[in-house]
Amino acid sequence: MQSLSATPQLVSWLSQGIVLFWLVHICGVLCFAYIVARRMVPLMRAERDLRFDHPLQRFHNVLKYWFAQWKHPRYKAAGILHIFIFAGFIVLALRAFTVLIVGVSYGFVMPGLSGVAGRLYESITDYAATIVFLCMIVAIVRRVIFTPARYEVPARFGNSHKADAVFLLSLIAVLMFADSLFEATRAAALLQSQEAESRAFLSLPWLLQMFLVQVSTATIGGFCFAGYLAHELAFYFLLCYRPFGIQFHVETSLFNIYFAKLDREKLKPVKWGLTDQQLDQVKSFGVKTFEDFTWKHILDFYSCADCGRCSDNCPSHAAGRPLSPRFLTTKARDYAFQHYPMFRKVGNGHALVGNIYSEDEVWSCTTCGACEAECPLLIEYIDKIVDLRRGLIDDGNVPQSLQKPLKALESRGNPYGKMEKKKADWTLAKDFQPACSVKRLDKEPGAETLYFVDSITSFDDRMQSIARSTARILNYVGEDFGILGPAERDSGHEVRRFGEELLFMALRDHNSDAIKNSGARRIVTSDPHAYNALKNDYGHLPPVEHISQFIARQIRAGQLDFKSADADKVFTFHDPCYLGRHNDVYDDPRAVLDAIPDLKRVEMKRCRDRSFCCGGGGLMLFYEPKEEERIGVKRVRMAAEAGANVIVTGCPFCMVNLEDAVKVAGLEGKMSVIDLTELVDQQIARPAPACEKVREIPQECVIGR
Amino acid sequence: MEILVSVRRVPDTSENDIELNSAGNDIERDDLVYSINEPDNYAVEEALQIVAKVGGTISVVTVGAEEDEEVLRRQMAMGANHGILLADPQFEGSDGRGIASILKGCVQKGNYDLILTGVQAEDGAAQVGGMLAALLDYPFASLVTSIEVLADNTLKIAREIEGGNREVSEIDLPCVLSIQTGINEPRYVGMKGIRAVQSIPVPTYGASDLGLTPAQVGAAAARVTRVDYFVPALGKGARMLSGTREENAQEVVELVAAKGGLK
Repeated sequence: MQSLSATPQLVSWLSQGIVLFWLVHICGVLCFAYIVARRMVPLMRAERDLRFDHPLQRFHNVLKYWFAQWKHPRYKAAGILHIFIFAGFIVLALRAFTVLIVGVSYGFVMPGLSGVAGRLYESITDYAATIVFLCMIVAIVRRVIFTPARYEVPARFGNSHKADAVFLLSLIAVLMFADSLFEATRAAALLQSQEAESRAFLSLPWLLQMFLVQVSTATIGGFCFAGYLAHELAFYFLLCYRPFGIQFHVETSLFNIYFAKLDREKLKPVKWGLTDQQLDQVKSFGVKTFEDFTWKHILDFYSCADCGRCSDNCPSHAAGRPLSPRFLTTKARDYAFQHYPMFRKVGNGHALVGNIYSEDEVWSCTTCGACEAECPLLIEYIDKIVDLRRGLIDDGNVPQSLQKPLKALESRGNPYGKMEKKKADWTLAKDFQPACSVKRLDKEPGAETLYFVDSITSFDDRMQSIARSTARILNYVGEDFGILGPAERDSGHEVRRFGEELLFMALRDHNSDAIKNSGARRIVTSDPHAYNALKNDYGHLPPVEHISQFIARQIRAGQLDFKSADADKVFTFHDPCYLGRHNDVYDDPRAVLDAIPDLKRVEMKRCRDRSFCCGGGGLMLFYEPKEEERIGVKRVRMAAEAGANVIVTGCPFCMVNLEDAVKVAGLEGKMSVIDLTELVDQQIARPAPACEKVREIPQECVIGR
Repeated sequence: MEILVSVRRVPDTSENDIELNSAGNDIERDDLVYSINEPDNYAVEEALQIVAKVGGTISVVTVGAEEDEEVLRRQMAMGANHGILLADPQFEGSDGRGIASILKGCVQKGNYDLILTGVQAEDGAAQVGGMLAALLDYPFASLVTSIEVLADNTLKIAREIEGGNREVSEIDLPCVLSIQTGINEPRYVGMKGIRAVQSIPVPTYGASDLGLTPAQVGAAAARVTRVDYFVPALGKGARMLSGTREENAQEVVELVAAKGGLK
């Protein structure tokens, strides 16, 4: 570039266009500024969201998820392609600005990029432009010819987005080509006068330059002018067109990731910055109109790149329910574009449910978090779903099948309408009670550990076995523990996620008092939903552990010995969403399984943070979604594919769904489901069969502790 | 349209284990939870839907005691504008006609175009609606499954007839209708709504406010009195199927078909 001024010809070619270039520059920048200002309007009208704290942590997120593209390689082909394109863009950003300035100020050299550094940078950018150009070709071929299933738009969600995607990809290819052409003309002109080095070997500019060197100087001049103008037009067209579609993420992603939620395990409050007492003064709860979303949630809508990874992992989408996270976002974005147009008046205030969303869509979400775990742009979904549900609840718009359990939770403290006094009845089982005493902390406070049982494990005949196994394990290792009995209400985990915030608060306050009065110094629970509620929703409680963490700790301390596992059984661990994805407990349950001698364990393809939900717990058991196939049935098939014949889980709701699914899938006798506590209870090498015989404990296997 | 809906607070059958008390004359009420009588909930929802279409106000009324105010508040949270509690020690022991007389007093204190009741109380005898209409000399229709407001003070109503048929009638206002469940989908009443109506005053009217004498209400006036209350012994009608799942399913299908349940 330094030698540019040495070639008056080049200057004269470009200078012919200076007025035009200035015009395009000014128009382009003004247009973009106007468009962005218009796009900001809904953000300004939206609800507040406190996202300006912890700058260092946020900056760390930017480095990890934006700059290092952390989540992209989870999808190998598309991810690596994206990393190349992203890296290319980062490298080329400086060159793009330099070129834009060169058109109106010929001798311009970006500070620091003169001499050797400049030549090195030129070579790098030559290859970057080439790589991005090739990536665009590959991406277009992928979209048009191979068309991965996740890009398809099911008819119920509207038309295919393919044309828009291909158009944008082509534009970037044009931009790269124009840029290379412009650089090639300059190099060719200099080469003709023997003044400069060639462009980077085998790069796109190099190829073009090899061709241009052979044509007349005047023709090169024409190409130079054309290349510059094409580059400038493509650049500004892209800049101004991106805010109208999926490529807006080029501009918004940096901000979306900077402002992304830091404490993902916590649910968004009804309104940011209000105390519980102030909630009574809030007229309307939840999201009813578009403007009820927070500004960050609207930024999410703008930032979605339509990559389809969320829906590809969504159990609700897989089962053919009306919900698919990708379209939750794109429908909201379409709404924003339509109701906040560029020129006409803003038309806001329309109800979202019944207009762009259906009620079934909003209730279909299991809040498993698979979408959020996958999204490369850290878009949030659960908070939006819960906010939409809060809006429906506030309007009394609740499916009849959910009204009964909600009413029962209000009057009885459990969704089944069972009487409180029967909450501890699981301890009365004939062959359990004599061998395993369970303290009743509601009657006599004072135990080290509280076992929080929660509703389903207390009342459901099948799940009571999990409670008894848990109690036996606690008893076996000599833990001083007790339960709250009738003083324990439902943890309210699903009540909150189904949008009934005030009922949740009533349950939370009741339980918090009961826990405080029990005098317990630690809490353990066998239900990941209760675990998540007590750990993340309640606050000010003693430390909470899931039973798998407790057992793993006992194993590490040498407190538990196991007898060998059954030789013909192949186990696989199904990660409950609220244990794994929402609380990062993946290793402890696996460590427990691996501590059992001779236990054969396989992993399902979808495990750990890609675990596939069982179909949803809590109130979801009462909801009757429209679906093609049960989510649980899909999961059970995945276990069979992995070669397992026993699914181990750590959640009573997973047990309900998976045991049902085994029957529906016709795998009875071939596949069984067992809770981690039941398995551990069964495998403990007891001196003698301790209490109730859940499963036979053969005497010959008994090894002293 | 001014609508009065008569509601009742009853033990919730889905959330209680109903047991007889030791005296054997009533159920054990110590651990019971109560809720709105389900058909009454449909009646209030229907009133809300009518008012949403043609305007007006809704009052909910119940005959009971202080603790029954809870169901009035729940229905106010649902959207009813006013609650009226009819409570007086003199009312205790009233039979169906007594309750209807109390309600008549309440109707006459207001200016209502339409009076709705649930088709029956879960612990009741489905008699109050008809008696109230007779006492007021209003037209009455029972088991109503749809209501359409016509011009000139008439309603077009549909009623459920045994066998799943529907009868459509026109009825003059003011009138009394007893509402069948399933006429609509009642809305959900959340904690927020209940908290929001906590401070709205609910007037209580006693016998003197309603112009009633002991000869009309209470145990003394009752011509129907309960003499026994029991859980019937298991009859011989019940049959336990003891085959495999497939056999049982097959047998159930055959039994239901034999009784005319499948066509």
